[in-house]
Amino acid sequence: MATEILMPALSPTMEEGTLAKWHVKEGDTVSSGDIMAEIETDKATMEFEAVDEGTIGKILVEEGTEGVKVNTAIAVLLEEGESADDIDTSTSAPEAAPAADAGNEAASSGGSEAPAPAPSAPETDTSPDWPEGTTLKQQTVREALRDGMAEEMRRDDSVFLMGEEVAEYQGAYKISQGMLDEFGAKRVIDTPITEHGFAGIATGAAFGGLRPIVEFMTFNFAMQAIDQIINSAAKTLYMSGGQMGAPMVFRGPNGAAARVGAQHSQDYAAWYMQIPGLKVAMPYSASDYKGLMKTAIRDPNPVIFLENEILYGRSFDVPELDDYTVPFGKARIWREGSDVTIVSFGIGMQYALEAADKLAEDGISAEVIDLRTLRPMDTGSILKSVMKTNRCVTVEEGWPQGSVGNYISSVIMQEAFDYLDAPVINCTGKDVPMPYAANLEKLALVTTDEVIAAVKQVTYS
Amino acid sequence: MAPRKSTKKPNVSAEELKAYYRDMLLIRRFEEKAGQLYGMGLIGGFCHLYIGQEAVVVGLEAAAEEGDKRITSYRDHGHMLACGMDPNGVMAELTGREGGYSKGKGGSMHMFSKEKHFYGGHGIVAAQVPLGAGLAFSDKYKGNDRVTFTYFGDGAANQGQVYESYNMAELWMLPCIFVIENNQYAMGTSTKRSTMSPSYWERGAAYGIPGEEVDGMDVLAVKEAGQKAVAHCRAGKGPYILEIKTYRYRGHSMSDPAKYRTREEVQKMRDERDPIEQVRSLLLTGKHATEDDLKAIDKEIKDIVNESAEFAKTSPEPAVEELWTDIYATEVPQEA
Repeated sequence: MATEILMPALSPTMEEGTLAKWHVKEGDTVSSGDIMAEIETDKATMEFEAVDEGTIGKILVEEGTEGVKVNTAIAVLLEEGESADDIDTSTSAPEAAPAADAGNEAASSGGSEAPAPAPSAPETDTSPDWPEGTTLKQQTVREALRDGMAEEMRRDDSVFLMGEEVAEYQGAYKISQGMLDEFGAKRVIDTPITEHGFAGIATGAAFGGLRPIVEFMTFNFAMQAIDQIINSAAKTLYMSGGQMGAPMVFRGPNGAAARVGAQHSQDYAAWYMQIPGLKVAMPYSASDYKGLMKTAIRDPNPVIFLENEILYGRSFDVPELDDYTVPFGKARIWREGSDVTIVSFGIGMQYALEAADKLAEDGISAEVIDLRTLRPMDTGSILKSVMKTNRCVTVEEGWPQGSVGNYISSVIMQEAFDYLDAPVINCTGKDVPMPYAANLEKLALVTTDEVIAAVKQVTYS
Repeated sequence: MAPRKSTKKPNVSAEELKAYYRDMLLIRRFEEKAGQLYGMGLIGGFCHLYIGQEAVVVGLEAAAEEGDKRITSYRDHGHMLACGMDPNGVMAELTGREGGYSKGKGGSMHMFSKEKHFYGGHGIVAAQVPLGAGLAFSDKYKGNDRVTFTYFGDGAANQGQVYESYNMAELWMLPCIFVIENNQYAMGTSTKRSTMSPSYWERGAAYGIPGEEVDGMDVLAVKEAGQKAVAHCRAGKGPYILEIKTYRYRGHSMSDPAKYRTREEVQKMRDERDPIEQVRSLLLTGKHATEDDLKAIDKEIKDIVNESAEFAKTSPEPAVEELWTDIYATEVPQEA
């Protein structure tokens, strides 16, 4: 059967081109790989090779023709035993690629539906984190985090910890204290200083059926590894149509410590929160460090677990329960109030809670919400609270542009606009690299006083 | 050291030779068809063809056993066909259809098969190298003797993460075969213009990893080298490097006019070194097969490829609901 040779698309965006030159003429025989023509696109002149073998029966588009649409028949190829007389040129309708009309329908199921007027408060899970009467003990964040990891490693042999100084040194911040002794060098693995490499190896190990915990000495160094975290760990489940993914935890201290300067003092909450395929936890209290870490290790997806060096030594109540977990996507209301909602997470909670205490002295009742996880984010609890207080202030250490608070503000504006009595204010770190000098560092961080001032502004007091 | 050549009188059965001929021909005809469908607008975006490099994957798959893993870059169609993935599923992924290996959501550069232990299909140059070392890590951790073939090109060989991986692979004795497919051009930059250290296999010596250079146009040489590397890894001796000298006949991707090399250079390679022609000639001169036998194979392959194209054209586009699936897993996919 005669085959039509169609004007090829030679780049992802080509729609038409110039047939610059024919290298064959009617009657010539060609075989796979022979150059047949030169075609000019807007970017380059490309040689066009034969795919099938046969004889050129007829040339339909002369050389020098400009604006030849992709898929137009430009010549007819005859197989053995056919002649040019067999050519029926009426059949030269190009085979069209399917139109991409599916996108329009899909767009409407996105996250930006128009809000219904005067929405009612969403249903939220307000159950307590542990049953009444549970014995509590004081524990540091550091101990709680280690206990959470160790319990999961006892429970599941496929869980292992790798990172710089996690084993023999007992952890740069002593988070993995005692773990080498209990689990051995097979499961508590010191790596060379090679973040990009070991993040990739851990992700490959997760593809291969293990459940790695990767410790970054700090999240600043994870920038060396961010391609593996996002392009390999977060996207593979989707790209493989659900066949394989990376059940793993990337953890380590995030944000400012003290006097370590610009390269060691960045909050990555807003960065990771943006990525579909990742889950992001950023706890404040010791019980949440433990309960969320256990949930993170069991989760079948890659989890970014953002810790804080300053919090490592703080003590909190931790329930004495055999298997204490905290679900993702459930905020904790630390303090109920009626005049304003303060939303925070991680170390930002310390400013939020201090501000609430001081505001109470002035007769302002603040409700304080700890998001605990940023992806998924419990926006329901925020909206429910704002519908009650009609005012909101967000608190975080990260930079102002593209902050977590910006996202929360947009959700409130879209879902609860009519409930707002004042604009939402985002209290953030200042828009500068972290300075080293003690006085400047203090100025660069968010402060309790700034939170108080923001609350006074939105409550007009 | 000169590139490894296969033993003069190949110790190989007629059936084996015919299988290599068939498997390489399948890749070549499949890729030609993919190029054709691209020209018709049925395949979009980037499409990197494997034509010319067929002996590399076919030779190494001949050295692999069930349960061994493989991972590669975006030039991945040949690897998938060679490890036994269904041509229909691969072609339908190229056209972005429901019947594709990733339900149309991955495309040419991002395809996977849990069943065949094919771990992608990765679009970021060299990112697959630590991932491959990590797959090998998982087998070592589990205590089995499986090996991972980690493929990358001469371009990727200059990325830092390759050397991070070499260092840890040797440190932890990971059963990983690093396969450098040296086709001599990283997109448009020849190896001469990208390094003063063009003998890539020797770079492993800095980490204590043995390796060798192999003639990648000779499927039997590739198989022999592969068997040696596999034996090294299975014996628990750590990683091994194979630098396989090969050549891609087509441009880097479909939109590459390939002006950085001469037509004569390509033609000379096709005429004198073609991996499929070499096996064809071995089959005929050794009287292992007749012209008619080979014609029958050609016909079989043509039918398979045509069927895959037909499947890829007729398989429906993914349902719009698929936009929102496979972002998060609800349970861990079980290792096959």
